[in-house]
Amino acid sequence: MGYNWDFGAVTLHPGLWFWGFVVTIGYSIATIAAGLLIGVVCGMALLSRHRILTAPVSGFVQLFRCTPLLIQIIWFYYALPVAVNVSIPAWLAAGLGLTCYMGAFSAEIFRGGIQSIDRGQWQAARAIGMMPRQVMQRIVLPQATRRMLPPFVNQSVLQLKNTSLLSVVAVPDLMYSAQILVSETFRPLEIYTSLGLAYFVILYPMQKLAKRLERRDDI
Amino acid sequence: MTSEAARTDGAARAADERPMIEIEDLHKRYGELEAVKAARLTVGRGEAQFIIGPSGCGKSTLLRCINLLEEPTGGRLRIGDVSIEFGTGRKTLSTREQAAFRARVGMVFQQFHLFPHMTALQNVMEGPRTVKRLPLAEAQEIAEGLLAKVGLAAKRDVYPRHLSGGQAQRVAIARALAMAPEVVLFDEVTSALDPELVDEVLAVIRQLTEEGMTMIVVTHEMSFAREVASAVSFMDHGAIVEHGSPRAIFEEADNPRLVAFLRRFRR
Repeated sequence: MGYNWDFGAVTLHPGLWFWGFVVTIGYSIATIAAGLLIGVVCGMALLSRHRILTAPVSGFVQLFRCTPLLIQIIWFYYALPVAVNVSIPAWLAAGLGLTCYMGAFSAEIFRGGIQSIDRGQWQAARAIGMMPRQVMQRIVLPQATRRMLPPFVNQSVLQLKNTSLLSVVAVPDLMYSAQILVSETFRPLEIYTSLGLAYFVILYPMQKLAKRLERRDDI
Repeated sequence: MTSEAARTDGAARAADERPMIEIEDLHKRYGELEAVKAARLTVGRGEAQFIIGPSGCGKSTLLRCINLLEEPTGGRLRIGDVSIEFGTGRKTLSTREQAAFRARVGMVFQQFHLFPHMTALQNVMEGPRTVKRLPLAEAQEIAEGLLAKVGLAAKRDVYPRHLSGGQAQRVAIARALAMAPEVVLFDEVTSALDPELVDEVLAVIRQLTEEGMTMIVVTHEMSFAREVASAVSFMDHGAIVEHGSPRAIFEEADNPRLVAFLRRFRR
């Protein structure tokens, strides 16, 4: 196997990498933030005692947890505008799948975090005369948030990696930039190796952070 | 329960000599299971009413009914000048009214249930701050005073996970007292403790009885009950089957179930 590695191809268009990086990070932050918001709202709905609320939300969550993200992205991009007969800007349609995906997983993390708090905490707080809302704000949420943090960070790491799927709908993220470069230079091995390393450099510190949060023993 | 019945009883204000707690015909049913059957109990001001009985006899459920952590399915309950009637099918007490009711009835749990994200001092201050909305300085003064009273002034800034079981339970007692309750309910508060830590908690309860705190104590500490109880009730299968002075219960019992129960505590 006499392959001559030539990493010169990688540095051919630094601007392409830069904008790919900006798009990847931009989509990650935006879809994580929006997904978290959806997750908190849906998570609260899942905790509700009213089936009118829990049933549809649970359906939404299961749908997005149990279908491939790639299909969700393609569906939102191509099928949704047709289905609702509304023109949705391409950049927005591309991000909807990622957002709902993050929302579905966040909803479960939120629900699980709240439910992991011992019933005794509710009882003790109610026993000193606190209202349900106060119990949630003062006692349950502060404890649950700390427990939710590591899984949220983990999910965010996955989310950042998953943005690479956006390249299939021509979003110019890191992955898409790499594909352009490959088609121009015919150096896929060097370029994808470098791209992998780039993702690693971004995500390794995040993973470290998640580990540190998990080890925190102050609750 | 009816909100109408929960009104402040105007006539009662003059009648301060009424017992602090009156429970009549109280029922708690979970489907088929009747956890508490027609419980009847009267606790005078400053009395320490003890409840004993085998595990699962309904004594904890009864206690939790008294501060509405469980909603009784029937009967009447009066604490101080608030009386509630249950099982009438009419509108239940509002969430706010229930919270206000509980604020006057302290409760200490078997498993402490301290708030793990708060220091000992913050745990004790939480009720006065959040429920009574007292100013910070005032709440802190109350909390510091109570921690000193239970012998834990030095642990004020310690988180619950660094406290021993006995210390945690004493903080939990201070937390209940911080609301200046009219009544304190103790639910097997020494059952989860290592034997050498039991006495420090019992000492605090004993001190409260001496200060004239009205309380209901569910316990398996028979010698303690005999020593400090004003009256003792024996519960079995959801019903209060015997009630009397400590002497009547522990020395003159002739109810075969009570005798059998007590025999297990004699070595």
